[in-house]
Amino acid sequence: MSSTILDPAAAATVAGPPAREPRKRRSSTTRKTLGDWMILLVAILIGLLIAVPFFLILINSFKSPADYNAAGPLTLPTDLYFDGMVNFWQRVDFPEKLWNSFFISSVVAILAVLVSLLNAFALGIGRVRGRTWIVLLILLANMLPQEVLLYPLYFMFKSVGLYDNQWAVIIIFVVIQSAFGTYLLASVLGTFPKEILEAASLDGANKWTMLWRVVYPITKPTLSVLVIFFFIWTWNEFLIPLTFLVSNASQTVPVSIAVLQGDRLMDVTTTSASALLGLLPTLIFFLIFQRTLTRGITAGAVK
Amino acid sequence: MTKASVADAPVVARKAGVRPLARQSLIPGSNPRTFWIYLVPGLALLTLIIVVPLIWNIYLTFTDYRGIKPPEWVGLENWVKLAGDTTFWTSFSNSIAMIVAMVVVPTLLGLVLAAMLFDLIGKKFGGKIASFLRATYYLPQILPGVVAAIVIGWILRPQNGALNQVLEGVGLGGLAQNWLGNPDTALPSIMVIMIWVQLGYPIVIFMAALQRVDPELYEAAELDGANWIQRFRAITVSIIRPEIFVVTLTCTIAALKVFGPIYTLTGGGPGTSTIVPAYYAYSEFFQSQQVGYGATIATALTIVIAIVSVVFLLAQTRLERQEEER
Repeated sequence: MSSTILDPAAAATVAGPPAREPRKRRSSTTRKTLGDWMILLVAILIGLLIAVPFFLILINSFKSPADYNAAGPLTLPTDLYFDGMVNFWQRVDFPEKLWNSFFISSVVAILAVLVSLLNAFALGIGRVRGRTWIVLLILLANMLPQEVLLYPLYFMFKSVGLYDNQWAVIIIFVVIQSAFGTYLLASVLGTFPKEILEAASLDGANKWTMLWRVVYPITKPTLSVLVIFFFIWTWNEFLIPLTFLVSNASQTVPVSIAVLQGDRLMDVTTTSASALLGLLPTLIFFLIFQRTLTRGITAGAVK
Repeated sequence: MTKASVADAPVVARKAGVRPLARQSLIPGSNPRTFWIYLVPGLALLTLIIVVPLIWNIYLTFTDYRGIKPPEWVGLENWVKLAGDTTFWTSFSNSIAMIVAMVVVPTLLGLVLAAMLFDLIGKKFGGKIASFLRATYYLPQILPGVVAAIVIGWILRPQNGALNQVLEGVGLGGLAQNWLGNPDTALPSIMVIMIWVQLGYPIVIFMAALQRVDPELYEAAELDGANWIQRFRAITVSIIRPEIFVVTLTCTIAALKVFGPIYTLTGGGPGTSTIVPAYYAYSEFFQSQQVGYGATIATALTIVIAIVSVVFLLAQTRLERQEEER
């Protein structure tokens, strides 16, 4: 995780030919036509439209119930009201739920990426016989409606004492998320630049070394995207955590929001505050890591 | 690429016969069979968590099972009932609406928006604006479904809901209505919501893929006088094709088994106007306690999804090979 900047260089050393310097894009940064501005305007309008519900969450989280009842959801709060937030925070023991979600999602993200990479190495680079069918079999994890898993897995985990244990949820989601990861990575690795692998094998690297010294660094941008996706997807999962984490102390953030919501004891602004608090962690996570989404220099530099 | 590798591995190619490239690994001189070990952890977990429950589920489709007494064998009874069940067929026709909303529109729109952000806005107005817009488009994807349902509930609610208030505010009060409660507008409303939810996913994947494109390629095309649309078709679409496949297939699967939004927003109603197979299966499993019949619906759904996936993956593999042999 630490040596992202070194990767292209490392890859180039193994590969022989030095990676080309990406040429500075100076050509058209200054010339902007009216059409360009129009397109920018359209892009911004789409963005605003998409963001409307988020503004609604934001303004209603700081409104008092009386204010909401008088003026409806669209107006700005007359004065800032924090009771909704405090109320929700204390009632669900938010820090505990936050930690549960964080723990489950990060372990799943890392393990699922690892499993995806191993699978995809065999399928995309190794081109194991019948790989299309193996990908298909693995994709079953993605195809199966989750309701199908509830009864059988309930009995299975109960019999090994993992029911109401976060590791049950972790194992299930590692399998489900790595199905997508395997498919995406195997597709990408299927078009992996052969010259690099040839050069590395001339240097006498074995498969394990090649996986970690050549394939891993070059696919890192894709792997980071997967980590981000898996983390957020797992964080937002609902049905399986709801079923397998019955005790309050092991619940995740979305489950605790839904359970409170189901109680019908919450006023609208507490609901809104819970929505804001439920959204913030993934938002912060995404904002921190969205830079990795743009760091894709490596694979293109060798082609 | 292809030329070099054929020259490097003549022996392997001769042994393998007609389709030389499909039979060897990308690492010269290593046998694909030796890669099996890398599949062991993944396949072991898969068997435990997915394959075993699936088989158990298929067994249940031949039984009458209420969740308390042990399952009772009834042969094909559930499947016969399914074939004549109009609710089931309604749920599948609603799936087509979900495919439009979750696959067709987001993928096409996402492709155009991703290329627009990367190739045009990113270059002319700076990468900061492009990443900011991308983050905005992606926002609905990071919103927990439970939270999304709360917010959408407010927006579409008949009494003082945000959408109706806005319509009244601009003098279109006549259009205001109970969006999710009216059988005519419930499904279209869900479709719009799903487009909103899904759009960010293809954009982020496509933009990550576009990073692989050598900027010189675009510059060369630009110098040759290729306009934006020509560059889009010739460079963008062809280079990110693996990702287009991945996005289309994963979104189709997601659309066929969509559950959360229906569960939280409409419960399949009003009537059966927004019912989808996954929700129908769930309601049979847990509300009617008809576990055998629920399993039948879910298995039928799984079969449909599996067929779609097979067709898709075969098409992708074929294209991949054609590309290599070219």
